[in-house]
Amino acid sequence: MLVRVRIPTQLRNLAGGASSVDVVVDSTPVTVCSVFDSLATTHPALERRVRDETGRMRIHVNLFVDGDNIRDLDGVETTIGDGSDVSIIPAISGG
Amino acid sequence: MNSTTEQRPTAGRAIGTLVLIGTTKGLFTLRAGPDRDTFVLSGPTFRGEEIYSTCIDNRGPQTRVFVGSVSSHWGPVLRRSDDLGATWREEDHAALAFPDDTGASVARVWQLTPGPADQPDVFYAGVEPAALFRSDDGARTFSLIRGLWDHPHRPQWVPGGGGMCLHTILVHPTDPDRLLIAVSAAGVYRSDDGGDTWSASNRGIVVPFMPDAPTPEFGQCVHKVARDAGDPDRLYLQHHGGIYSSDNGGDSWEPMTSIAGMDFGFPVVAHPTRAGHAYLLPLESDGYRCTPDGHCIVWKTEDGGETWLPLTNGLPQSGAHLTILRDGFTTDGLDRCGLYFGTRTGELFASTDDGDSWRELASHLPPIMSVRAAPVH
Repeated sequence: MLVRVRIPTQLRNLAGGASSVDVVVDSTPVTVCSVFDSLATTHPALERRVRDETGRMRIHVNLFVDGDNIRDLDGVETTIGDGSDVSIIPAISGG
Repeated sequence: MNSTTEQRPTAGRAIGTLVLIGTTKGLFTLRAGPDRDTFVLSGPTFRGEEIYSTCIDNRGPQTRVFVGSVSSHWGPVLRRSDDLGATWREEDHAALAFPDDTGASVARVWQLTPGPADQPDVFYAGVEPAALFRSDDGARTFSLIRGLWDHPHRPQWVPGGGGMCLHTILVHPTDPDRLLIAVSAAGVYRSDDGGDTWSASNRGIVVPFMPDAPTPEFGQCVHKVARDAGDPDRLYLQHHGGIYSSDNGGDSWEPMTSIAGMDFGFPVVAHPTRAGHAYLLPLESDGYRCTPDGHCIVWKTEDGGETWLPLTNGLPQSGAHLTILRDGFTTDGLDRCGLYFGTRTGELFASTDDGDSWRELASHLPPIMSVRAAPVH
């Protein structure tokens, strides 16, 4: 399945300037976690901005599947439907 | 990082001097010609990222510069520049990452230290949570030093105010298997076998933040350690409460002569070439943590800590309530040494005459966390 990952401005230099990348995911079911597992093979520097080396999502990064925050769904186990997209959005935090 | 001073720069080849200023909002740089007369400020690079560690490496034919930064959103990154900061690159895969079985993740890079002069691809890195890594490929990849990570003391270490950080790495100049590190708040640890085994090295350091001020085997809140230029077994140490020296490589520590009753501070810097010469920037109490009574004074010893001389020429002597953090003070490694320190209120002060006179090279920067300087070629 092909999943589109939308990239925030701050990270586009890690994807050749693109605002999104299409990721091929072979797992069943396709989850947010498996999308980023695939992204780690094609765009590792981008993936590690979103997850640390243990695979945990960074706490000040939000992920939205078709506009819904995965924190309100099943977290990284949220399943991805065909034609869906995943958006990486920095949280309103920091200093 | 006192490692910068442990490299002996070859000033004859230098095309100038580079000062890296790591702030909470990015990296600023100062560049000067070989005479260090006029410095030009530029930056920030890596806007919004906290820069706790930088490194200028002059072991190879070309100066290499490294920056360890962390974004509150996107995590830590180690970057490298081979053109003095004009361009930067990072590895696709994280250069610094804990192995899977540890369950740990790098929160921040606190220290980047070149290895021995004759091993230009060896680097050490200290991170939070407190751990030591070694690279043998020019900082492209690092491996966790298991001997320290698996040390039985480690589960009992507690974080200091800055976090559970490994912030000091000293490689012995003649025996690269002898490593000394410091962790807040665990204290000093040493290895004599390249990192395979480690022992606590805190004998004599009083812990004033425990009942009855004991001298435990570990648990000291060591803020920084520096190595003497003339005797590699002579060390200077700024503790959370007290200043100490060792004449035996850290086997034991003795209090140095107190500086006007002040025992708190963060950095300590050894002169890069002159035996017995070292510098401290004491702060008023662990409750206030600012330069005392509005006076900004660098203190210098020329006799291994027996006596201290106040250096004030050019430094503000009224209304200066400044805080200088553990990696905010450094030397450029030259014989008539440049000294540079940055404050949490964004001032960068410098001396290019061993501390005899000072000038303010930058103002109104974001809070300064780290400063490193060296001649570049």
